[in-house]
Amino acid sequence: MTTDAIDSAQTPRHEEGTNYINAEYGLLSWLFTIDHKRIAILYMISVTALFFVGGIFALLLRLELMTPQGDLFTSDTYNKLFTLHGVVMIFFFLIPAVPSVLGNFILPLQLGARDLAFPKINLLSWYLYVIGALMGVVVMLLGGVDTGWTFYTPFSTTYSNTWVVPTVLAGFIAGFSSILTGLNFIVTIHKMRAPGLTWFRLPLMVWALYGTSLIQLLATPVLGIALLLIAVERLWQVGIFNPALGGDPILFQHLFWFYSHPAVYIMILPAMGVISEVIACFSRRKIFGYKFVAFSSLAIAFLGFLIWAHHLFVAGISVYSAMIFSFLTMFVAVPSAIKTFNWTSTLYKGSVSYEAPMLYALGFIGMFLIGGLTGLFLATLGIDIHVHDTYFVVAHFHYVMVGSVIMAYFAGIHYWWPKMTGRMYPEWWARLAALLVFVGFNLTFFPQFLLGYLGMPRRYHAYVPEFQVLNVMSTAGATILGAGYLLPLIYFVWALKYAPRASANPWGASGLEWHTPSPPTTHNFEDTPTVTWEAYDEKAWLKEAEKNV
Amino acid sequence: MSEHADTAHPALRHHFDDLNQQHAAGTLGMWFFLVTEILFFGPLFFTYALFRSGSLDPSFQNAFIAASHHQNITLGLTNTIVLIASSLTVALGVYFAQTNKKKPLVLMLVLTLLCGVAFLVIKGIEYNQHFAHHLFPGQGFHWDGAPELARGGQMFYILYFCMTGLHAFHMVIGIGIFIYILMRAMRNDFSSDYYVPIEVSGLYWHFVDIVWIFLFPMLYLIDPASKH
Repeated sequence: MTTDAIDSAQTPRHEEGTNYINAEYGLLSWLFTIDHKRIAILYMISVTALFFVGGIFALLLRLELMTPQGDLFTSDTYNKLFTLHGVVMIFFFLIPAVPSVLGNFILPLQLGARDLAFPKINLLSWYLYVIGALMGVVVMLLGGVDTGWTFYTPFSTTYSNTWVVPTVLAGFIAGFSSILTGLNFIVTIHKMRAPGLTWFRLPLMVWALYGTSLIQLLATPVLGIALLLIAVERLWQVGIFNPALGGDPILFQHLFWFYSHPAVYIMILPAMGVISEVIACFSRRKIFGYKFVAFSSLAIAFLGFLIWAHHLFVAGISVYSAMIFSFLTMFVAVPSAIKTFNWTSTLYKGSVSYEAPMLYALGFIGMFLIGGLTGLFLATLGIDIHVHDTYFVVAHFHYVMVGSVIMAYFAGIHYWWPKMTGRMYPEWWARLAALLVFVGFNLTFFPQFLLGYLGMPRRYHAYVPEFQVLNVMSTAGATILGAGYLLPLIYFVWALKYAPRASANPWGASGLEWHTPSPPTTHNFEDTPTVTWEAYDEKAWLKEAEKNV
Repeated sequence: MSEHADTAHPALRHHFDDLNQQHAAGTLGMWFFLVTEILFFGPLFFTYALFRSGSLDPSFQNAFIAASHHQNITLGLTNTIVLIASSLTVALGVYFAQTNKKKPLVLMLVLTLLCGVAFLVIKGIEYNQHFAHHLFPGQGFHWDGAPELARGGQMFYILYFCMTGLHAFHMVIGIGIFIYILMRAMRNDFSSDYYVPIEVSGLYWHFVDIVWIFLFPMLYLIDPASKH
């Protein structure tokens, strides 16, 4: 009933059947497009490719770890595998995935705008991403890099005999892609909101993207210069970070984590935005505590800048600064918990339904809970010293970055897939994939908490035989997880051609993106919409839709 | 200007409602970009402060002073004056664009470009002197002062070349932007209705200028009186 009412309100006045996909044809029309929706699709294709490259490295790592002996790869090869896994997944998948794919597509639609503020810069940012990613691929073909994705000095600048300089330059270039995306989003959110769309009527996805963009703008340049200094130190054989030449290796770690800790929030904040949208939609309720969820995004962005040195607890920083950073780190749990409580409260007395995006979102809440709470363990100085550089840390950040962020990315892809492509997806298969991902993920990474607590160090290709059972469980889980990630690739490609066509608002969701046809026309809206209702106020939204009939 | 002129100006991009919105977006975008730029230069300033303070190696304090004595203050001061002059010409250029005075606008843009090129030429002369005196860091670095200060002296020159090199790179980009602005100005693109591209490019130019205002005392004037 409800969706029908909305559909009829959306009878398009433009030429029937014209949309952003069929507006122009040919490869060049895609490569030179400045339409944010087409650029989002370009991003989606490229990050998906890189995701599976990084995934192959992960599977190879798990394969080696099935047995205690280092039998499949040499330790050098293993070093390269985990480095490439980290570099590819972080710089070329997790950082761009949610903002550059989902944010790019959805943000102008949610704001009632025709495009981002700087469409050409948006395209430039995709090209920078592609150049960075291709450099990464070239590094792999040449023989890889073995420093870990953290490029710690002086190993990376003096002792490593692998392709460090091209790798850091690839990260540098991809960083500029990220900065330009953030810049574009911030200006768009400030200046291009539809009439009546005040700050507190914005969907929570927009607040989350705003916080994300702030971090991209403020943190990424610091990493950029730190990576350039590695190249300088390596090429000219000078010692900015090398203590043997008067430099300071801890300085590098400060500069690196000043970006790379907030970078975790570049990944998780927009993911939280997706979850807010999906939970509100499939609970058929206004989100509980809108302003708290909105401001907690900004709080996370702000606090994220004050806690980087918790990565340096055993690196030789002073005890007092370690205590301060430990304390501040626990503070981040507050806005994160606010979000989690508000999502769960939204479910309460909502009419919850379990479509695939909702399954992913519920999975996200569970995974994020575990990932977040184990973060508190690690913020505690005593425990951190015990489990530092063990699989406990590996499990913790995979729960946040894979269990949470990738779950949210999949939630968002399924949720907005009808809008992006104009087709539905096969619901049964999607639910199966969500289940596989959930089971596979937990089976992969929960045993790693135990391994870490028992003392298995990370980044070694061999281990003592006592750890084999848990490692075999983990590898089995990774196989299931791999299948769970492969399945959507297959049914999404299938859905492009064979799935039923989607209506303008198949979920009965609120938000301006559902006021346009699926898929939208190139200019998004026939007329700029005027917003008179509060965020997620479905009843007011429906009245508006009926008025237009 | 009338509402109609505002929404039908040839420079109005398709995704903006009117020129005001387009201008506000452009200006805000540049301000946010400059915030990014501050964070881009920031780590170098931080690194400089860390080593200069001597908190890691106390000998670096005197080494930085000794190394700064190799700097040519006359050339550094000349460059400072050149850059401040160019900021004036940029500001005047914006004014002449706002007041529809094309010839003075073009003149100011040309003067700005000349200042920019002059800065880079002088910087090149300085670099050349440093190379000649074996002050470029790395294998060829040669320190003729007290041997215990050699390491800190080299650190000074690493930072000197990184900071001034990054700054000079920004100057090159700025010159490129102003060549484009000059071409558009000669084509009559700008008027009192539409001058924001000059203003936004000017913001960038002023920023690069301000970076130099900090670099000059840090790298040339640490303690010139102690030079014997």
